[in-house]
Amino acid sequence: MKKEEVPQDKGNLSKNNIKELCYATDENGNYTTALSTGWEPKTIALQNSLQDINERIEKAKEDVKNGISSPIVYFMEVHKMDWVVLSSYVGMWIWRIKRHRKPSVFKKLSNKVLSKYAEAFEISVEELKNFKGE
Amino acid sequence: METNFIHHQSAHCENGVASNLLKHQGINISEPMVFGIGSGILFFYLPILKVNHAPAISYRPMPGFIFNRAAKRLGIKVKRIKFSNEKSAQIALEENLRNNIPTGLQVGVYNLTYFPDEYRFHFNAHNLVVYGKKDNHFLISDPVMETVTTLTEAELEKVRFAKGALAPKGQMYYPIHIPTEIDWEGAIKKGIKNTCREMLAPIPIVGVKGIRMVARSIPKWADKKGNKIANHYLAQMVRMQEEIGTGGGGFRFIYAAFLQEAAPILKNEKLYELSKEMTRIGDLWRDFAVNASRVYKNRSSQTDVYNSLSKELLHIADLEENFFKMLKKAI
Repeated sequence: MKKEEVPQDKGNLSKNNIKELCYATDENGNYTTALSTGWEPKTIALQNSLQDINERIEKAKEDVKNGISSPIVYFMEVHKMDWVVLSSYVGMWIWRIKRHRKPSVFKKLSNKVLSKYAEAFEISVEELKNFKGE
Repeated sequence: METNFIHHQSAHCENGVASNLLKHQGINISEPMVFGIGSGILFFYLPILKVNHAPAISYRPMPGFIFNRAAKRLGIKVKRIKFSNEKSAQIALEENLRNNIPTGLQVGVYNLTYFPDEYRFHFNAHNLVVYGKKDNHFLISDPVMETVTTLTEAELEKVRFAKGALAPKGQMYYPIHIPTEIDWEGAIKKGIKNTCREMLAPIPIVGVKGIRMVARSIPKWADKKGNKIANHYLAQMVRMQEEIGTGGGGFRFIYAAFLQEAAPILKNEKLYELSKEMTRIGDLWRDFAVNASRVYKNRSSQTDVYNSLSKELLHIADLEENFFKMLKKAI
């Protein structure tokens, strides 16, 4: 990549006034560094990921509303977590927390277990229990 | 308390922290040098491991490897400490700052408040330097940022004890022994040899063979899982290749810069040519990213686009195989 080719597209970085460092060659072919505000293919890739997350969140919300999943699934998606990450934050085995996605099992959870989830999601136990997908 | 630490922005966090910490100790070492001596370039593909709901593809070794290898080859001793308890982790860090030691930390990105929201994923192998503490705020030098920043005690504790894969467990590290004479030539040669060995390894998921395996998988993703998932996988791959930290082209440009810097030290003219070749290969990786982004942007549904991406990647693999064979011979 030549220095003058270092992309300066608008994107998620420029919006936050952040520039990243790239390595590129100068007019004599020697390596130097240059700051980049963003690059369109990356911006699209990131948007693709964010859209994927939003779709997952919407789906989880629907499922809670229709009584298919418990609020745990919804908040897990909101925090961009998967079962592995969530299991590590609440300190319970994956097979155990996967059971908690069933609304019938979720209803019977003790306050102690619920508070572990609430802490991981940075919300109160009440907020977690009362989330109805609306 | 504040150490007289100087912040330099870098492309990648681990090289950057390593280079900045060593510069503080009086060793003038650039980011590409750390990267090259630490054999930072790599490729591996682990289809069974899913990251962000896509198969894991990495352009670099496991976190910590680059700095550890570079330090070992330069004869530098680095102390690494993990903690089981948040309080003792903070006490140990403050103790270091009192002793005027800027300290490297492994942290999780998800709760890094100064990062844009879009970049906050559960990725636990970020690195930064704490170089002081003022008014209950830790002074932070994050090498991927242009300038220094701060975090509160609670904020720093949260990122040091992020959970999930590669949990940092409060890990801190700093050089404790610097040799009086450094054998640059030997260190560079070891770094290059190791890289050639790994990139040409006879293992189907590693190095050049790994690139070929991904290339052959791309049309299969589309056939078996549908375009939507195939596009998501491609987008994730481009992010791994180009997002903050790689310096562009999946680290290929940093590596080319390293070869150029190494040439006069090893008095080896061939390295200039090889550096140019690596730049050309890096440009092809950039072209691949552009073409992949066209696919997931337009949601084009012909099987042909996946086949042409696959061919592009196979071509890169051939060039890299040739490149690393020549590099091995040149050393």
